Amino acid sequence: MELICPAGTPAALRAAVDAGADAVYCGFRDETNARNFPGLNFSAEELKAGIAYAYNHGVRVLVAINTFARAGALDVWERAVDAAADAGADALIIADVGVLDYAARRYPDQRLHLSVQAAAANPDAIDYYVKAFGVRRVVLPRVLSVPEIAAITCDVSCETEVFVFGGLCVMEEGRCSLSSYATGQSPNMNGVCSPASHVHYREQDGQLISRLGAFTVNKFATGEPAGYPTLCKGRFQTEHGAGYLFEDPVSLDATTMLPDLQRAGVTALKIEGRQRGRAYIERVVRNFRRILSELEDGVAAASGDLVALTEGQSTTAGAYRKSWR
Amino acid sequence: MQLTLGPVLYNWQPRQWRDFYFRMAEESPVDVAVIGEIVCSKRSPFFAEHMSAVIERLVACGKQVVLGSLILVSLKRERQQMAELAANTDFMVEANDLTCLGTLADRPHAIGPFVNIYNEATAFYFARRGAQRICLPPELPMESIRTIATALPDVTTEVFAFGRVPLAISARCYHARLHKLSKDNCRFVCEKDPDGLALATLDGEPFLAMNGVQTMSHACANLLGEIGDLAASGVGALRLSPQQCDMVAVARIFRDVIDGKRTYDDGMRDLSVIYPDVPFANGFIHGEPGAVFIPNHASANSRMRQPQIGDAVQ
Repeated sequence: MELICPAGTPAALRAAVDAGADAVYCGFRDETNARNFPGLNFSAEELKAGIAYAYNHGVRVLVAINTFARAGALDVWERAVDAAADAGADALIIADVGVLDYAARRYPDQRLHLSVQAAAANPDAIDYYVKAFGVRRVVLPRVLSVPEIAAITCDVSCETEVFVFGGLCVMEEGRCSLSSYATGQSPNMNGVCSPASHVHYREQDGQLISRLGAFTVNKFATGEPAGYPTLCKGRFQTEHGAGYLFEDPVSLDATTMLPDLQRAGVTALKIEGRQRGRAYIERVVRNFRRILSELEDGVAAASGDLVALTEGQSTTAGAYRKSWR
Repeated sequence: MQLTLGPVLYNWQPRQWRDFYFRMAEESPVDVAVIGEIVCSKRSPFFAEHMSAVIERLVACGKQVVLGSLILVSLKRERQQMAELAANTDFMVEANDLTCLGTLADRPHAIGPFVNIYNEATAFYFARRGAQRICLPPELPMESIRTIATALPDVTTEVFAFGRVPLAISARCYHARLHKLSKDNCRFVCEKDPDGLALATLDGEPFLAMNGVQTMSHACANLLGEIGDLAASGVGALRLSPQQCDMVAVARIFRDVIDGKRTYDDGMRDLSVIYPDVPFANGFIHGEPGAVFIPNHASANSRMRQPQIGDAVQ
């Protein structure tokens, strides 16, 4: 199985390459990619240099152009496709049908991957993209169990890629407007979720209160570790009580399920985290490379192998285990 | 401008569901009704027994019937259901994801608000392949709506104009999780909350509403004040999403304001009586947080102004 690693900066790209990635994925420094955070991402020149570095080490580069193009501004997304193709990207990761259509017509030989943001969760939906745009690989939404992934992989006429580590969307990706409901900024339109620009912390009555836009997302007692107020991992209340009603502040760790994913026929494993620093990327990629090497020798990773890397967060195998639902 | 009755998104009692459609068919001024369970496939069998009677009544009352597809299709059984839905040629199908589009393509169909059409290129792609009606995602701002509707004059562009806004869909059932049940053995607890289960912040401020695997806004979308701008932008239909309130009256208010027979101010006042206790929101269309409501003073003034002698020659 290929190891697909995040690169939010040229330094992180080099770190991922050096640590044993089979491919790195990155995006341009604008609204065309779903990690449009300040201080992150690549210019066209940086992408070219990054691709050159990766090639010298036998590593591929995938470029994520995976937000939904703004009406009347298609040219911004089309120029991103042009720049990535021109730089020699091994594949473009796209979610928007209009952008896919452009890329497939303008660059018929360019390898296209369907972004997780397209939310294609079954063989019929996936094959629509394969037939329409010649998509060669689909990144599966984090709503599927491993048996479902196996069935899809068996049924579809393209490769499958799954997330195995890092941030966990609780909602189906590409179909969530929680962030824009509170802040006006969404993953689909702006490439951001629960953006830091709209986060406020304040102390009140011995509690630390985290807010997103006009809404309180969590309250922490003194000494309780305060997580980032991502909406779906906040604490809320109903008439049945208060708590983490959508999901605890967990991250995804599917290392113990790697043998199952391998048997399922999955082509590539993806690590989330383009917003992460170089040191983190280096450690996660190096550990995953070791785990995959051991897997080839028939040694399955133990639970908790990567706990030290999750920065104090607890982890879950998410929807990969059916009981998560 | 048409009015579309969106599908019931909640788990209503089947007889209530049936009677709701009977009454909407006979008394409401909606032009189109999208029906069918689109949120959770486990609920579908309950409504199936009333489906043909509901369709019959809607058709008899002159409403165009459109059948909605599931938002999130992952099980084999669900794919089979969608294949059967797409195979029907009696009624237009509204695709809420791309699962049945392979079958629907090249014959007239509708696309629902859960397919990501954010720009005119994507809308044009689907229109060329048979999409005749497109209900845009609720988070789109007015500029995007205008650009898409203007670029596709032959397609009926629709916007989500009333009802709690569907904000997210998940594989996980929050209703079941809240009641400490597994999704497979959920006992259909979502039926206890036919208008959504209120979810508040830890400050007690109402924020969202749970609807099984779907998460909705607490606030109720209300684009009454944007009707003029939407019509001028080429929008051809407004979607009214069923809530636990007098939806016949809601439809009449929208119809009257569209036709200039009721002022914006009167419409707003009447709506807040019909659906009290839930704030209105229209932030998305103004590029603001979706929960925000921006009153339309300009609309209020222009609509309250009575026609004057001499208007015609100005």
